[in-house]
Amino acid sequence: MISLAGRDIAHSWSKFVLTGMGLGLLIGVTLTMAGVYRGMVDDAHALLNNSGADLWVVQKDTQGPYAESSSLKDDEVRGVRGMPGVAQAANVTYFTMQVQGADGSDTRAMVVGIESGQSGEPGYLVAGRQITRGHYEAVADVKTGFALGERIRIRRHDYTVVGLTQRMVSSGGDPMVFIALKDAQEAQFLKDNDAIQNDRTRTATNPAFNRPGVPGLLDAVQALQTSSHSVNAVLVQLAPGFGAEQVAEPIRRWKHLQVFTRAGMEEILVAKLIATSAKQIGMFLVILAIVSAAIVAFIIYTMTLGKIREIAVLKLIGTRNITIASMILQQALGLGLIGFIVGKVAATIWAPVFPKFVLLLTQDAFTGLIVTLVICALASTLAIRTALKVDPAAAIG
Amino acid sequence: MKQALVLRRIGLGALAVALVATLAFVALRTGPLAPIRVTVTSVQEGTLRPAIFGIGTVEARRSWMLGPTVAGRVLNVRVDVGETVKAGQLLAEMDPVDLDQRLAALDAALARAASTRAAAQAQVADAMARRELAALNAQRNQDLAAKNFISPNALENRLQEKASADAALQAAQANLSGTAQDITRQKAERSALQQQRGNVRLLAPADGVVTSRDAEAGSIVVAGQPVLRLIDPASLWVRMRVDQGRSAGLAPGLKASIVLRSQPRTPLQGQVARVELLADAVTEERIAQIAFATPDASASVGELAEVELQLPETASTVLLPNASIQRLQGQTGVWRLSEGKPAFTPVRLGASSLDGRVQVLDGLKAGDSVVVYSQKALAEGARVQVVDALVKTAAGGAP
Repeated sequence: MISLAGRDIAHSWSKFVLTGMGLGLLIGVTLTMAGVYRGMVDDAHALLNNSGADLWVVQKDTQGPYAESSSLKDDEVRGVRGMPGVAQAANVTYFTMQVQGADGSDTRAMVVGIESGQSGEPGYLVAGRQITRGHYEAVADVKTGFALGERIRIRRHDYTVVGLTQRMVSSGGDPMVFIALKDAQEAQFLKDNDAIQNDRTRTATNPAFNRPGVPGLLDAVQALQTSSHSVNAVLVQLAPGFGAEQVAEPIRRWKHLQVFTRAGMEEILVAKLIATSAKQIGMFLVILAIVSAAIVAFIIYTMTLGKIREIAVLKLIGTRNITIASMILQQALGLGLIGFIVGKVAATIWAPVFPKFVLLLTQDAFTGLIVTLVICALASTLAIRTALKVDPAAAIG
Repeated sequence: MKQALVLRRIGLGALAVALVATLAFVALRTGPLAPIRVTVTSVQEGTLRPAIFGIGTVEARRSWMLGPTVAGRVLNVRVDVGETVKAGQLLAEMDPVDLDQRLAALDAALARAASTRAAAQAQVADAMARRELAALNAQRNQDLAAKNFISPNALENRLQEKASADAALQAAQANLSGTAQDITRQKAERSALQQQRGNVRLLAPADGVVTSRDAEAGSIVVAGQPVLRLIDPASLWVRMRVDQGRSAGLAPGLKASIVLRSQPRTPLQGQVARVELLADAVTEERIAQIAFATPDASASVGELAEVELQLPETASTVLLPNASIQRLQGQTGVWRLSEGKPAFTPVRLGASSLDGRVQVLDGLKAGDSVVVYSQKALAEGARVQVVDALVKTAAGGAP
């Protein structure tokens, strides 16, 4: 028994391989689109993982610090540390802004203010070291493009990049720059010099703050306006043996703060923050999948139509229908397999070039393989139907 | 024909094998199946020089605020910002208002008191003359009365005259001492007024430089409100704030390297002059004053400075880069490579230096292989691939 399919492919192999490659690129695009969607969700998860927290304590009635703004006084952390089940609590600030590199170019980054040695610190580095000085040092994500030792400018201070890390991104995919908490507090609330001067003048002209009989009042008010003791959230790590909700509840009740557990935070980030854009990508993915399926079906159908004369000859010499059907099915599956492999390899090659993270999951690839093969099989039934209907007389007519 | 077909089949087969091989390579090199690339270091013993880093502002150790002790109007200000002044120099004057007139009035009152005193002295002399006459008359009449030449009534009259003359003398003398006290009082009042008059002159309490001129001639200031501020430029120091968590070892006498914001390239030498007993509870910082080794004229008060204090070298222990320290479920430790697999090893840390090295007190021994950098977070027993560096750096090490 000779393989009819193999013979046929060997006969016009270049056409077959090229069709498979074309199909592969299409599948590659579909896989990439799935990867973009997964990457988006993974960015949100990476943000949660990297913070190293079990609980997020934020301003009451807000969904901060990622989805909404939240502001707490930085001494709240001491009260939280005293609550049962809290192993560690650390202040943290998040602030998305333009960070200026040494060459003057701007990079959009999320500036994170951390207390060194506490949760919130980057969990792993790819180069350099963690922050050791209490001021003016930074650890940056490699995606920012900053190099070790580079002087970057955040507001009015220059920071030295002492460490590099990877996959530390905000939910929007902006790379993070970690700096010391006190610097971050200053950077977050510090205005530019003109604004400060204007504010000073405004306060000085207000008779309530500049009374002739009370020397020193104006200075005190001015000093009060420029200092900041706010943070965006307190990251809490649980002591062993305590449940998240069990620790969260007393903080909500007695400290009058909002507390999110890991599950609650995921809900906010994945279901609320990136919901619309994720749906957008998801919708596009569905359409792309349908279009790919249709194109696969058409390709196999036209491939069969192109061989209609040969099939008629086969029929004429008395080939059984099942043999012809299996030939077409085998070719369709072969085409699907080549397409999938080319697509997967192509997606893997171009994924790292994307500016935002593209996560190609093995599980997605596996689903893609099954779907491709099923679509190929289904498409081949259409071609088989046409092939079987061919009049053997067409071979000579 | 047949041979060509076989060749084609071999070619197709090779292509298929190549495709599958590529797929396998891609699947194993990327995604969750790929090994995590890490760099490792061999733990070594050594010593490190811990240091304390803090920022602060340049302040003057000795500064003065000159202002009036009572509310008033500024008459004139004789110096301006930046001028050097000597101790005792007249810097500004407050308007004395009526003080001079009141002094003149007191002078007049004093003169008048002197006249009153002269009058009182004359009165005493007069009273004494009257008393002498009355005493003589009384004496004479007593003799006459003893010989019964005059009536006892006449004698009593003389005796009464003498007693009256005595009393009149005492009154005159009291009056005289009264006028003397009056003069003393007037003199005291005058000197008090003189003091007040002197007080409206604002004199430099010591040698210094004028740093601000807060009121101009004609403006009204309340008691205690500054008109001028002075500092002693030789007494500039840096008020340094250090995170309490990193302030271990902070003590007076430590050598310091001061970098002023205006001169980031030239560190200045200094020394911890004082460590304040009171720490800031709100900012969780300790406060220390760093004196310059040589007074620096270029430093400006209020300028930001970065200070690095060198602590004595530690004893030789196991050292690690701080990038290798991880926190897992509340435990501090490192990923130690044993037989090519990472295993979390809890460690106890000691002092750390500013260049990112940390002392390990226990948990590791020299020669252990420890993961420094990793591409992503590690887990117990994860597949790792050891490489030299994860990113290309120009210098290849920590700055």
